[in-house]
Amino acid sequence: MTELIESLLRGLGTGSVYALLALGFVIIYKATRVISFAQPAFMLAGVVAVTYLSPAVGFWAAVPLAALGTALLALGVERSAVRPMVGRPAFVVAIITLGVDVAVRVVVNAFIGLDVRHVGDPWGLRTLALGPVEMQQRHLAAVAAAALLVAGLFAFFRFTRTGLAMRAAALDQEAALAHGVSVGAVFAVSWALAGGLAAVAGTFAAAGASVDSALWLIALTALPVIILGGLDSLPGAVIGGLAVGVLQELVATYANDVAWLGGNVSVITPYVLMLVVLLVRPYGLFGTREVERV
Amino acid sequence: MRGRPLLRTSYAEELALLDTPAKRWWTGALLVLAFTLPFLLTDDLLQLLAVCCVAAIGAIGLGLVTGYAGQVSLGHAFFLGIGAYTAAALSGDPDGRVIGLGVTDIALWLPAAGLVAAVAGVLVAPLATRLRGLYLAIVTLGLVFIGQHIFNEWSSLTGGAGVGRPAATLEFLGRPLAVTDEVATRDQKLYWLMLALLLVFALAARNLARSRIGRAFTAIRDRDIAAGVIGVNLPRYKTVAFAVSSFYAGCAGALLYTVTGFFDPGSFSLLLSVQYIAMVLIGGAGTISGAVAGAFFITLLPRLTRELQAWVPFISTQPNEVPNVFQVETILYGVLIIVFLIFEPRGLFGLWVRARSYWKAWPFSY
Repeated sequence: MTELIESLLRGLGTGSVYALLALGFVIIYKATRVISFAQPAFMLAGVVAVTYLSPAVGFWAAVPLAALGTALLALGVERSAVRPMVGRPAFVVAIITLGVDVAVRVVVNAFIGLDVRHVGDPWGLRTLALGPVEMQQRHLAAVAAAALLVAGLFAFFRFTRTGLAMRAAALDQEAALAHGVSVGAVFAVSWALAGGLAAVAGTFAAAGASVDSALWLIALTALPVIILGGLDSLPGAVIGGLAVGVLQELVATYANDVAWLGGNVSVITPYVLMLVVLLVRPYGLFGTREVERV
Repeated sequence: MRGRPLLRTSYAEELALLDTPAKRWWTGALLVLAFTLPFLLTDDLLQLLAVCCVAAIGAIGLGLVTGYAGQVSLGHAFFLGIGAYTAAALSGDPDGRVIGLGVTDIALWLPAAGLVAAVAGVLVAPLATRLRGLYLAIVTLGLVFIGQHIFNEWSSLTGGAGVGRPAATLEFLGRPLAVTDEVATRDQKLYWLMLALLLVFALAARNLARSRIGRAFTAIRDRDIAAGVIGVNLPRYKTVAFAVSSFYAGCAGALLYTVTGFFDPGSFSLLLSVQYIAMVLIGGAGTISGAVAGAFFITLLPRLTRELQAWVPFISTQPNEVPNVFQVETILYGVLIIVFLIFEPRGLFGLWVRARSYWKAWPFSY
């Protein structure tokens, strides 16, 4: 029982990292109808920025600064590589972001080099004991940070003018343009938000461990998450992220009893789950069903 | 019809493979050049060109499903892997460390590899018929990860991560195809073999593309709902597209590692899929010659960057220094995809079309 609860809690920790990443994907998708495959590169860029900044200014200042820097990087990418492609098929733009991802990651990997780099988080591998249940502080911190950011985002979309403009542009670009919303600005803000979220998510994914170039694979796990939750649903991204995180940890805990699955089967669990869900619900759990007219 | 190459008097002429005299001349000249290259180039270059030919077979396959039928597949590496392991397992040594059945004849293992991959393609197709656009791209991306897990774990077939297994053996009717003898070297024979195979596969793809099936593919790509309304059976043709594309991928995967003779499960990663996407897009989506050109370009790119090192001395050849040729090469994949998609979406094929129409109108610029 203790084992079950512990793996559930661990799952919530990794799940909130996925939720933050998935939110970035969904925000970009809602604004531009494009899946940005560049998110892994932004996440890695953010983490590496944190590892360079935190010895200088401390962890708590390094994370917002890195998030800001990554947001600026995302803005630059949007302006130079994505904006010229407005009006072209979504798949072409998606492949462009794939190219951005490959190129940016090489540069970022060069900054990682061969050293062992840490984000300098205050939690490390310390645990907190609640009766017989032990949980790691970094997972608690990830859940708290995700909750804070998700609440902030929902407030932003609900109560600010920019948030309203973004919701309007997501609903109907032309109508939003006609009402004076700058759709270009909406694109820019959504890319910047996604970049910042990716940086924070990366920091929590790397907390308590070292940063290496394989970390980008974590960001790809957010893809099954958004498919699961529905490409255009923000609550779907959060719920999907937590669900995938929990399932992955459960599989990691209990899959050793099933030898033929092989080691590390938890790495591909999200993808298998995605395939199963798609066979049943092609638009995800909370996604909008597309209506097609001839 | 001398002097009027564009005048067509029958439907068959309109559909002909080489419909203008210029195309006939160009194709003939290219073929002669391609077959005489082994007498002009050194063996290491020929080996590279043999790999190019095999990669072109794979790229044509991806071009059929992505360029012609418009179904974005990021899972090409998965199908390449299935083909490679089917061929290697069939032709492997029965008493060896890994699974082997001892069927060493290329006439058996090559179609078998293609067919097994095609079956995998048909199994994936139900997803493709239900999904569109980016959903499909993500699902096929998932295939690559699931495939990598299976290849890494099934070590009795694949030799295990970081170890690998020998590739299929090139034998035909009991005689080895690629060994050095007094007539030609191993690499010359390899190149001729792969070039001949590429010709067969390219011609087959070209013929498929101008048939009823090919026209159905293009209709689905351009507007799937409209295609459905005029009577194209969407699920059926999407399944055919995936099956044919996977067949090509399986054959390419089976041949790809016969050149080096050894491969490990780490090869079939997302980067391989991205390379094939890059080949199709940089070459020109929706054309067979574009896919071939793109495959040659991307496969020769590492060699080109190494030559580049002589001109740009600050790029190092040591993998532990920054910037090194391997980084430059990977960045080039990304940057080239971006640049081509923004500035010349028709790819290398589009550059050729531009040059052609410029010289057609020369010296008038319009």
